[in-house]
Amino acid sequence: MIIQQLSVFLENKTGRLSEVASLLGEAGINMSAFSVADTSDFGILRVIVSQPENALKLLKEQNFTVSLTEVVALICPNESGALARALAILKDENVEIEYLYAFSMDSAATIIIRPANTSYCIEVLKKHELELVRASDLYRL
Amino acid sequence: MIWNESIECASRSTMKNIQTVRLKATVQRIYHNIPYYRKKMQEAGLTPEHIRTVDDLHLLPFTTKTDLRDSYPFGSFTAPMSEIVRVHASSGTTGRPTVVGYTRNDIAMWSENVTRALCMAGVHQNDMVQVAYGYGLFTGGLGLHYGTENLGATVIPISGGNTQKQIQLMQDFGSSVLCCTPSYALYIAEVLQEMNITPEDLKLRVGIFGAEPWSESMRHEIEDKLHIKAIDIYGLSEIVGPGVSCECEHQCGMHVNEDHFLPEIIDPETLQPLPPGEVGELVFSTITKEGIPLLRYRTRDLTRLIYDQCACGRTLVRMEKCKGRSDDMLIIRGVNVFPSQIESILLNMSETAPHYLLIVEREGNLDTLKVQVEVNEQFFSDEVKALQNLAKKIKSNIESTLGISVTVQLVEPKSIERSVGKAKRVIDKRQL
Repeated sequence: MIIQQLSVFLENKTGRLSEVASLLGEAGINMSAFSVADTSDFGILRVIVSQPENALKLLKEQNFTVSLTEVVALICPNESGALARALAILKDENVEIEYLYAFSMDSAATIIIRPANTSYCIEVLKKHELELVRASDLYRL
Repeated sequence: MIWNESIECASRSTMKNIQTVRLKATVQRIYHNIPYYRKKMQEAGLTPEHIRTVDDLHLLPFTTKTDLRDSYPFGSFTAPMSEIVRVHASSGTTGRPTVVGYTRNDIAMWSENVTRALCMAGVHQNDMVQVAYGYGLFTGGLGLHYGTENLGATVIPISGGNTQKQIQLMQDFGSSVLCCTPSYALYIAEVLQEMNITPEDLKLRVGIFGAEPWSESMRHEIEDKLHIKAIDIYGLSEIVGPGVSCECEHQCGMHVNEDHFLPEIIDPETLQPLPPGEVGELVFSTITKEGIPLLRYRTRDLTRLIYDQCACGRTLVRMEKCKGRSDDMLIIRGVNVFPSQIESILLNMSETAPHYLLIVEREGNLDTLKVQVEVNEQFFSDEVKALQNLAKKIKSNIESTLGISVTVQLVEPKSIERSVGKAKRVIDKRQL
């Protein structure tokens, strides 16, 4: 249930994101979700890719500062109130979240969560019978 | 006015005789008191008797900042602590400051030299001297202070900063002389302009500026804006502090008080003395100090010596404005900064020091220091908060060591240019 997300340090400069995207594209690595956290000086690219280990190796070789981060992907129905219900559970169970981002397709939305404590977060989500995406499924998207 | 005409206008042969007697006494003093220097002399096969005249100076081993650091804090003192009446210190390369000690005679000698410098600059007894150099461990404030009192002029010991108050006292007290760093003088000029105070509203006549490198164009700018004569003064705490040399009103090089501080120019690569007039590294031997006399101390400042007689009548040798450094030291807002200081701070924060680059710029009239640090895997976190805290921590560690404010920018690995051999650590964009 643990998903390896690729995290890349990027300077706030034109073309850096496009460079990462082309490198991954040329290597046949697909991105299924990503978000960028930015400050005035730098940004952090967080991306779910089809081959996290290969992507890590590839970007390291190209001198990027990059790491793999454990995240959890939760599926909830693409309808009003669904996210609120899921988040309420996490709040009630005291699951601390560092950051999250989401994408929706057709009838379902996928929420990528970076919890402070990954295994506890999975435990809570399972207990409440919320649907989690398996790593292998997400990488294939 | 020439303060000590018999010395400042002495013939070269008289000066050499004075220097010989004093040099020999200093060699004896150091040889018998400072083990590390005695060892250097012995390794060179020298005893004090080998130094017969000032022309034998080149035989002696050099003293470096490393020697002073290794003997921290008082190991280079040649007077017992009971005779040391004051210490000063400057920032060191690895967090340890360089400490200097003064006996009562040293303070009197220093005051004499600063008084000569003030007279060279055209200051007289009736002047009101505003000393806006920092008072404290830094030698600037107290150095000028004692020299001014010794001259008999009035000193305003305001120290650095608090520009509004500086200007208020200039107006109310009628300050005629301003002593500070040249960049601070320009800053004061700018604030005066904003306050619609013209030079005619003030009595400023002379500025005595030092402690950081400045150019001829900066001199003209200061002179234009403040309607004063801007005089360059030189010194370093290891030798005594300000007053080692100073320009006269002809502004054609700084007269070295060479009956106390014996100057030489060497090739920083071969370490051989260079002929008169050539540019090289300035080396000083102090020949009257009791607290911490130094033989052939390498200042790392690059300049040349001019032996022609000056129009002012003084025969004291002149040194040109320093043209740079033979090491990588930067002077930022009067504070000495070594890239190695930043490196050791970064090293203390991780196992291997990341690549870094110092960028110095002059914004308005103030120097700014930006430190770029490459984010390596040890430092990287994918949380914004963690990276911002990292930048904040680097900033506060650097600021508490250097004592000046800096900005820290996290950059990608390999974005700082690599060079073959010595790494380029500094980009100095100031137009000096």
